Amino acid sequence: MVKPIKNVSFLFCFLFTCLFIPLISYAQNKPAYKQYPWSFTGIFGNYDLSSVQRGYMVYRKACASCHSVQYMRYADLQQMGLTLDQIDKIAKTDQILDGKDASGKDLYRAATLVDYLPAPYSNQLMAKSVNAGKVPLDFSRYGMGMGQQADYIMAILMGYQNPPADFKPDQEGMVYNQYFPGHQIAMRSPLTKDGVKYADGTPATIEQQAKDVTTFLSWTAHPHLIERHRIGIMVMIYVAFIAILTLLVKRKVWSNVK
Amino acid sequence: MTQDPEPHLNQVSSKKHTFSEWIEKRFPVFSTFRREYIQFPMPRNLNIWWAFGAVLCVTLLLMLATGIFLALSYTPSAEEAFASIEMIERRVPSGWLLRSLHMAGSNLFLVFLYLHLFRGLYYGSYKNPRELVWLSGLLLMLMVMMTAFAGYILPWGQMSYWAANVVIQAISSIPFIGEGLAHWLMGGSSPSDLTLHRYFVLHFAMAFFIIAVVFIHVICVHVVKSNNPKGIEPKTKEETLPFYPYYVAKDGVVIVGAIILLVLLAFFFPDLLTNSENYTPANPLETPANIAPEWYFLPFYGILQLIPYKFLGLLLSVGSIMVLFAVPWLDRSPIKSANYRPLYRIALFLLVLSFVMLGIVGKYHSHTGLIWLGRLALFYYYAHFLLILPFSARFELKRTLPTSLLDEKGHK
Repeated sequence: MVKPIKNVSFLFCFLFTCLFIPLISYAQNKPAYKQYPWSFTGIFGNYDLSSVQRGYMVYRKACASCHSVQYMRYADLQQMGLTLDQIDKIAKTDQILDGKDASGKDLYRAATLVDYLPAPYSNQLMAKSVNAGKVPLDFSRYGMGMGQQADYIMAILMGYQNPPADFKPDQEGMVYNQYFPGHQIAMRSPLTKDGVKYADGTPATIEQQAKDVTTFLSWTAHPHLIERHRIGIMVMIYVAFIAILTLLVKRKVWSNVK
Repeated sequence: MTQDPEPHLNQVSSKKHTFSEWIEKRFPVFSTFRREYIQFPMPRNLNIWWAFGAVLCVTLLLMLATGIFLALSYTPSAEEAFASIEMIERRVPSGWLLRSLHMAGSNLFLVFLYLHLFRGLYYGSYKNPRELVWLSGLLLMLMVMMTAFAGYILPWGQMSYWAANVVIQAISSIPFIGEGLAHWLMGGSSPSDLTLHRYFVLHFAMAFFIIAVVFIHVICVHVVKSNNPKGIEPKTKEETLPFYPYYVAKDGVVIVGAIILLVLLAFFFPDLLTNSENYTPANPLETPANIAPEWYFLPFYGILQLIPYKFLGLLLSVGSIMVLFAVPWLDRSPIKSANYRPLYRIALFLLVLSFVMLGIVGKYHSHTGLIWLGRLALFYYYAHFLLILPFSARFELKRTLPTSLLDEKGHK
């Protein structure tokens, strides 16, 4: 008689085969650029909210003139640790489009908490025409993909090195970037040393600004990460407790089965 | 702990329960429940593989519970769909939690479904008298796949749009009726507002049809009783155990295990399941660099990629599921459990391997090196069902099957 194989071992074989695919994909996508120790990766990952806030300031100063965060409202900024009063003050400094006047001209007013963050261009054609034919990306979900994407954003921001001698852009207005696919990018280096003045006195080096804005971009893509991890740990403790109970019940119930 | 839990459970109708008696006379729900879920005889040697049916039921309930509340905040139009998902994630109270659970749940649903299907193949659960259990289960799998596909279109991100487009292209390749059929299913020659409306209704309505077919599936199981790892039918009462409390307790452990997986995915690794490309709104003018479906469709997508002729690819891809419907009649061996079929067991392992291989081809279809390996896997997939299943029984030497579910520890 053939010996029956232990069934659990089959399950493990199965799961192992399933794990194979993500492993291959990881090995293939190993990035060639520097990896940073981000605070928000891993299961206990957390955003450094002061960095997110600084990143938002960098975004306003250096990115917002081209890139929108169109799915986020001012009130959503509460989750980066700002109070409604603080957000209100920021909102009042922004002008947003709101309807037309009697002669059909665009009307602008100060933004309020319920408004979406303002878009730099009123339509895609306009965005294209002033950016070498490319629409600047929306930043609502640009940071999806956690650590790997953050390293990529960081690499792009730090990748404006001196171009090699034979560098010739295919198109007017493109500049050299070491890490951008194809090495030609329509965006000029957005960060300058001391381009922003941080309220908390952190020195605004280019690398610091890049790190902060990267953290901000990851945060806009995962606004609930802190809450999710916090609740997740509590749920996990609860379920672990239930798991022990069900195991004990199962053993007790089956104890009289020979 | 009582040695025999049955006697006191037989007496539901005492004098105090007049209302339940009244109901019972008109609609025997209590006695039916007692017969089918308390006293119901289960083979005593079931292992963890038999728990996935119960796990799937729980997962289905989770999908319904989260899905209904997600539908309250979702807008099925090309203009608004993406923004409404963003609203659910950012502003609807606990919306991110609902969506996270729904997404993790859908992935686990397919994980458990494939495991459940594999259990059936391995232990011959499709053989006489369980053919209808197998067929209703496969029907359920098709319905779940349709629902999952429709659900993936709803966020209206780049991958949603282009996945729908791939399916339209595939359907259009059917000779004569293809174009018309694609038009009819999608409401146009490319995914549009109409498509989104239709797939939202399909996704929502299908969930309830699935429940109906689950009932049929479960009734079928309860008529012919569960198969077991030895693949022989229990003949005496000693070879069975009542469903309650034995298998309630055992299934409970696996269900809690499944919940742990769900929590891990939904709370700690949601990015594992999301394609960041799908967080860019659908753009009909810009084809993404790498169109890939969700992992559970990768093998079927792989088959489409392997065949240069679109219609043949579609036939082989759909056929790879359809061939499963014929399995009860393709398998000529009277032995149910693969534990006693050495040849079939190896063949089945190779089948799983080629299925995974087809999935890898689906994921990395741009790598030309994989094409011949993939075609070999595809050949084996069909050969397994059309050649090995009908003929392997002849080469498997006469096996002595155990005579009872009890004898494992007694004699050896």
